Amino acid sequence: MNLSFVVLIFILPLLVFAVLGLAGMYLRPRLAGLLATGITGIVFLLSLLTAWIYFRLPVHSAGIYQPVIPVSFEWLRFSDRLVATLGILLDPVAVMMLVVVSFVSLMVHWYSLGYMQGEKGFQRYYAFLSLFTFSMMSLVVATNLVQMYIFWELVGISSYLLIGFYYTRPAAIAAAKKAFIVTRFADLGFLIGILLLSYYAGTFDFGLIVGNHASSVGVVSSSFAGLKVVEWAMLLVFMGAAGKSAMFPLHIWLPDAMEGPTPVSALIHAATMVVAGVYLIARMFPVYYFHAPAVLSLIAYTGAFTSLFAAIIACTQTDIKRVLAFSTLSQIGYMMLSLGVSGYGQQDSAGYTASLFHLFTHAMFKSLLFLAAGAVIHAVHENSILRMGGLRKYMPSTHLAFLVGCLAIAGIPFFSGFYSKEEILIAAWEHHKALFFVAWLVAGLTAFYMFRLYFTVFWGRDRYYHHPVNEAPRSMRIPLLVLSFISIVAGYVPFGRYVSAAGHFSETHFYPGIAIASVTIALIGILIAMKMYARPNAFPEKLTKKMGLFYVAACNRFYIDEGYLFITKKIIFNPIAHTVAWVDRHVVDGMVNAIAKITEEIAFRIRKMQGGQVQEYGLIMAASATGLALLLIYLATN
Amino acid sequence: MIQEIPITHVLVLSSFLFFCGICGFIIRRNLITLLMAVELILNAVSINFVVFNKYLFPHQMEGLFFALFVIGIAAAEAAVAIALIINVYRRLGSIQVEDVAEMKY
Repeated sequence: MNLSFVVLIFILPLLVFAVLGLAGMYLRPRLAGLLATGITGIVFLLSLLTAWIYFRLPVHSAGIYQPVIPVSFEWLRFSDRLVATLGILLDPVAVMMLVVVSFVSLMVHWYSLGYMQGEKGFQRYYAFLSLFTFSMMSLVVATNLVQMYIFWELVGISSYLLIGFYYTRPAAIAAAKKAFIVTRFADLGFLIGILLLSYYAGTFDFGLIVGNHASSVGVVSSSFAGLKVVEWAMLLVFMGAAGKSAMFPLHIWLPDAMEGPTPVSALIHAATMVVAGVYLIARMFPVYYFHAPAVLSLIAYTGAFTSLFAAIIACTQTDIKRVLAFSTLSQIGYMMLSLGVSGYGQQDSAGYTASLFHLFTHAMFKSLLFLAAGAVIHAVHENSILRMGGLRKYMPSTHLAFLVGCLAIAGIPFFSGFYSKEEILIAAWEHHKALFFVAWLVAGLTAFYMFRLYFTVFWGRDRYYHHPVNEAPRSMRIPLLVLSFISIVAGYVPFGRYVSAAGHFSETHFYPGIAIASVTIALIGILIAMKMYARPNAFPEKLTKKMGLFYVAACNRFYIDEGYLFITKKIIFNPIAHTVAWVDRHVVDGMVNAIAKITEEIAFRIRKMQGGQVQEYGLIMAASATGLALLLIYLATN
Repeated sequence: MIQEIPITHVLVLSSFLFFCGICGFIIRRNLITLLMAVELILNAVSINFVVFNKYLFPHQMEGLFFALFVIGIAAAEAAVAIALIINVYRRLGSIQVEDVAEMKY
């Protein structure tokens, strides 16, 4: 079957972006929103169709899914071998991502019809959403590193534009700039990694790099500071991935990115863009596994640390969206951990499958949680959970949706999060016991902070609200309903049959012991949260007093932001940047100014020669010509 | 015939004319006289063209043509120059060259 219709998936959102970006102000907001939503719906259907056709292509045999490239053209030719192409690469991971991105994007488009109603710049909002959808969809089907880098930057810029959507709020502008600068800094590493890798492998193409060309990278023996070239390259690529996926210590932008509209946080900063780093590592996984195992362990440790670190902070935050942001950090840390402990091959690649499975389920339940949180914020006009409570009576369907999301992320059986988290824990148990215990602990913390949020917002003390609190409008409730349903059933997808490291069938094991352990700790977390927050009591305050400094530090996000500020302001800006500025102002500019001054002075002196007397000019000209003639004659005769 | 006159004689004549022109251009004060000095310079050049053509390349005629060109252009130039001088006179009330000193720094 011909797959070239796949191009439409990318052209349609781009067209919507162009139309809404150029002519959006002439459209009625409602029409613009419906147009973008409708097109995204078509894109989602096309993605489903693509998946349907792809998994039935005749080139696959014996459960091995071959990558297919239906569209590809040469874009830039650097040398005979080094060519940057633009194309569409379909393999199980890419197809899965296409479906996930288009689905969450559709839900967010739909939801925003209600959430953003009456906002200034409604059309602009939808234009940016379409730009993001286009870039993200193109990112996941990139055939080579250059194409991926281009769209990697494009999702970055769409994220920047959407975080700063409320551009009259200084906090939003600061957050947008922070997100852009931090990820840009990480992308610098990514770019250098791409250049290193492509220089030694002689190709940008994913298929060739992870295939036989990888060996040509591996045998390059030149090393720098104790690491081989390929290890450096992969480390730098991981730096880019860590920036986009907000891994410690480059995580500081994600909590601040919550300044953007809530549906944007659901789409970009929970479900799709932030997992691009995981996706990138998964794409390059064979290279990591065979040629840079040290970097792979680093990925595992970074993921484990980030998940624990973010989970601890999430327990102390009071802004509903920030809790969810730290929870996202923690879950992405899970995915990285799982990739890091994965093996390659038929039996061993459980971690790889588990990571992408968790990516899949997490996209569903985390966007559900964000959208439900958005409905709450929409209703009470407030972000702080300290001023919320007892909302279950006012917003029953939002309450249910939020509960489903919490149960899914906490890993309660029969909800999707249970199955994917289970596989991650199994993979960790099989490869690295210490990391397993970290992940297990994080599972308990996750359950605790999510249910802390749930009980504080929907149970607890009834608050006084300045205006009547109403249930969200229908355009917001329906996406919540759909996502709740998907969050329950997504775990039953036989994921390992489709996605695995070597394209093989991957059997998913089931360890009852691990399942019992993880469910137990999740239940303990939920019970503690219930005891502490379901009814107003004095226990949480006593506990925070007892924790003392640790609590204060966690509350202030362990002062990482302050550390960055200290390094940038006190160390980089003051001594270095000021010196450089002084040199620029006084030496570089000084030289240019001096040249201008000297020229001016000379010109001022010699301008008297132009006296306006024609005969003077004539005399000088004749005398000079005579002089020159005499000189030439003299030179010619000697 | 002309071949009996040595080339140096003619060249001395043209040089004399040329430097007369230069000298007049530099020392005279009247714009009309300046124009006449320029004509002298042009005529000196014309003589050179003709003489070199006749003595060095007697079978060609480029020099002669150039002399004709110079005469034609000198006529046109005289018309332009006199128009300029008339306008200068109308504006400044004088055709003394030292009075025409507007175009300075």
